[in-house]
Amino acid sequence: MTTLFYLAGILAVVATLFAVTRRHAVHALLYLIVSLLAVAVDFFALGAPFVAALEVMIYAGAIMVLFVFVVMMLNLAEHAMEVERAWLKPQSWLGPALLALILLVELAYGTATSPSALSPTNSIGPKQVGVALFGSYWIGVELASLLLMAGLVGAFHLGRHAIAKEGEHHVTSTDATRTDTRSDLVHAGSGGTSHAA
Amino acid sequence: MLGLAGLLTRRNLIFTLMCVEIMLNASGLAFVAAGARWAQPDGQVMFLFILAMAAAEVAIGLAFVLLFHRTQLALDVDAASEMRG
Repeated sequence: MTTLFYLAGILAVVATLFAVTRRHAVHALLYLIVSLLAVAVDFFALGAPFVAALEVMIYAGAIMVLFVFVVMMLNLAEHAMEVERAWLKPQSWLGPALLALILLVELAYGTATSPSALSPTNSIGPKQVGVALFGSYWIGVELASLLLMAGLVGAFHLGRHAIAKEGEHHVTSTDATRTDTRSDLVHAGSGGTSHAA
Repeated sequence: MLGLAGLLTRRNLIFTLMCVEIMLNASGLAFVAAGARWAQPDGQVMFLFILAMAAAEVAIGLAFVLLFHRTQLALDVDAASEMRG
């Protein structure tokens, strides 16, 4: 269990280091996803399975999908085909694939050994977290819901502002439909994260 | 294990939004580690709050990045796709 924790921790640090130092945004995102998965393994090793599941679902799922959406949309240019061809070269995905392979080996080790030996002694299940969350931290839950509502309205405001400005320049602009789909994606993404959270 | 969280937070500043995500994640890791150390569920509750805040923050930030990129595109068509939020 301890070796699992430290291996995942080292993996997370290395992946984050690569993610910060990569020049290309998509490479950095790949490394960041690996880092988040490694942190989820760390959470599981620390005895927090509920939070580990949430980390995989929301961070590595929703938030990273938002990032990938935005990066892909910003790269909508004439030379998109060449860019994609360059991304499909092995040197761009080999590093994250190797790090993810180590995580997969950890997962295989975890499933191979007996679950009683794997689960830590001081594990805190979802029930305790729920009791503490809605018992003594209810005001925090209300504040978080308020914050998510404010985030949704703010993202909507930014996208709506873009649409309005696009309507003014509608005659000259040639890519009105493309920008419309962009703002629609932003709305859908923000709504998805608030639902998931 | 808290040293690990500190290591995670330290080097950043280039991809601002991504690094904000990393820092929030590291603070969440510190919270969960502390909660596991003293066997209290409070750390995980705090991590849930951090998660909600990160979701809201990244939605706003990415909407702003899109807007900024569009204005940049209107000014200069050859504006690169650098992620400088």
